[in-house]
Amino acid sequence: MLSQTEIDGFTAPDGPAEAVIDARDVQLVFETNDGPVQALKDINLTIEKGEFVSFIGPSGCGKTTFLRAVAGLEKPTGGTLMVNGMTPDEARRARAYGYVFQAAGLYPWRSIARNVRLPLEIMGYSKADQESRVKKVLQLVDLEGFERKYPWQLSGGMQQRASIARALAFDAEILLMDEPFGALDEIVRDHLNEQLLALWARTEKTIGFVTHSIPEAVYLSTKIVVMSPRPGRISDVILNTLPKERPLDIRDTPEFLEIAHRVREGLRAGHAYD
Amino acid sequence: MRQSILPVLTVVLIILGIWYLAAAWMNSTWTLQQAERAEQTLSTVEVLQDTMQQDRPKLPAPHQVAVELWETTAEKKITSKRSLVYHGWITLSATLLGFAIGTGLGVLLAVGIVHNRAMDMSVMPWAIASQTIPILAIAPMIIVVLNSVGVTGLLPKAIISAYLSFFPVVVGMVKGLRSPAPMQLDLMRTYSASQSQVFWNLRLPASVPFLFTSLKVGIAASLVGAIVGELPTGAVAGLGARLLAGSYYGQTIQIWSALIAAAVLAASLVGIVSLLERLTLHKMGMRT
Repeated sequence: MLSQTEIDGFTAPDGPAEAVIDARDVQLVFETNDGPVQALKDINLTIEKGEFVSFIGPSGCGKTTFLRAVAGLEKPTGGTLMVNGMTPDEARRARAYGYVFQAAGLYPWRSIARNVRLPLEIMGYSKADQESRVKKVLQLVDLEGFERKYPWQLSGGMQQRASIARALAFDAEILLMDEPFGALDEIVRDHLNEQLLALWARTEKTIGFVTHSIPEAVYLSTKIVVMSPRPGRISDVILNTLPKERPLDIRDTPEFLEIAHRVREGLRAGHAYD
Repeated sequence: MRQSILPVLTVVLIILGIWYLAAAWMNSTWTLQQAERAEQTLSTVEVLQDTMQQDRPKLPAPHQVAVELWETTAEKKITSKRSLVYHGWITLSATLLGFAIGTGLGVLLAVGIVHNRAMDMSVMPWAIASQTIPILAIAPMIIVVLNSVGVTGLLPKAIISAYLSFFPVVVGMVKGLRSPAPMQLDLMRTYSASQSQVFWNLRLPASVPFLFTSLKVGIAASLVGAIVGELPTGAVAGLGARLLAGSYYGQTIQIWSALIAAAVLAASLVGIVSLLERLTLHKMGMRT
């Protein structure tokens, strides 16, 4: 278990201008019928522009809650949480991020193109702009030719790609993804991980990514935040030293395995705590 | 489709068989009494023959009802007071108007219930209570009250019909408008969508399958409401009036043909709503 100062050493902001997401002593307590539950405790974390940060940990460790707090979907009960220098609620209203949920959640009554167009319609983009953006993002996720198909006509992996396209359709600099590939099989997941990396390289977005797969976290991220439950807290922050260019078989290299090992250690340390 | 013809036909034949047996049994009493009075003795065949052709049987035989139906639909001008088509149309127009009012009211109430907490708490118990009152008890009062303020004709019947049909629509629409998963609502929140955008883009389309299920129940209820609405007015036209007149004068054949006409009408209306449902959901791209 790392001491708090060591964690702070990792997460202290280098410069205020670069921090896209800045959490200081964030606390979040849910009031439930069985009394209060501390979902997040003393979360200190800085995510800089262009980073790909994975949150990993067992269920109940608060990784999803933190992502939702960043999105303004949950309200921290203590500490400060800033997104693009604003409160999460302001950032949400400024449409600072795209959010990808665990399930694709496409509307069954809308074709793929119209699903991707949904946020653009709501945000009031012009018709012509909508057209070109939908075309662009569907290309980005490799779904051109499926514009007129309905969700049920697509495989699970394709549906999730469409939902990523939907989150990318408007100009949000931040992409928050909550176990987006959790429900997909290993083969599809590998393929989508590869595509996601390529997409990240092309778009230079800042990505927050919740997962409970160690290889996925190590393969994708520049920074891995290991969390542990009861109360939900950060037990380790690991900087990923792998090169930005990552073919799938990088997962068999000693460097990869070593980082994966460290993540595993962090997860175990978190569990030994309770 | 082809596979279902044989079972359906079998069931229909069984029903007709039971119907004939019941008719023979129930009408034979009168036949035998008449014979006794005339001091005749009838053979079994003669008794059976008579039970199938009485003027006012306790239970008319199927072919008597069929003949009556044929005579009062195909062989009468549809403007004639003795045409079932004429009476059916009177009832149908009240049904459709009542269904439109009931559906409109039901949808409005559901929208209110979903968006307003006070309405959520207050309207539903009243809506449920309204359905526990026997419609036969309240129908005359509606007619009398409306009559006293000068509203007569189609509208009072339509209101009774709406009284029955709004309820399934409220229940179905509330369920439908609340059917989007929390994740779908969260997604809308990440877009900072307004409440009306959430309604038009998410809640309303999600409620369509629920709405159609309710409409099928609602249109049948509307027809029942319209017929019931014709009973206490002493109405001279409509399927309800046919039922009432039939029972005054012991015209059982007329009652049964009006009943069957009402059943056919209800089945057609539900069939039309089902067809609309299929077309709408298909057009929306949903798998049905």
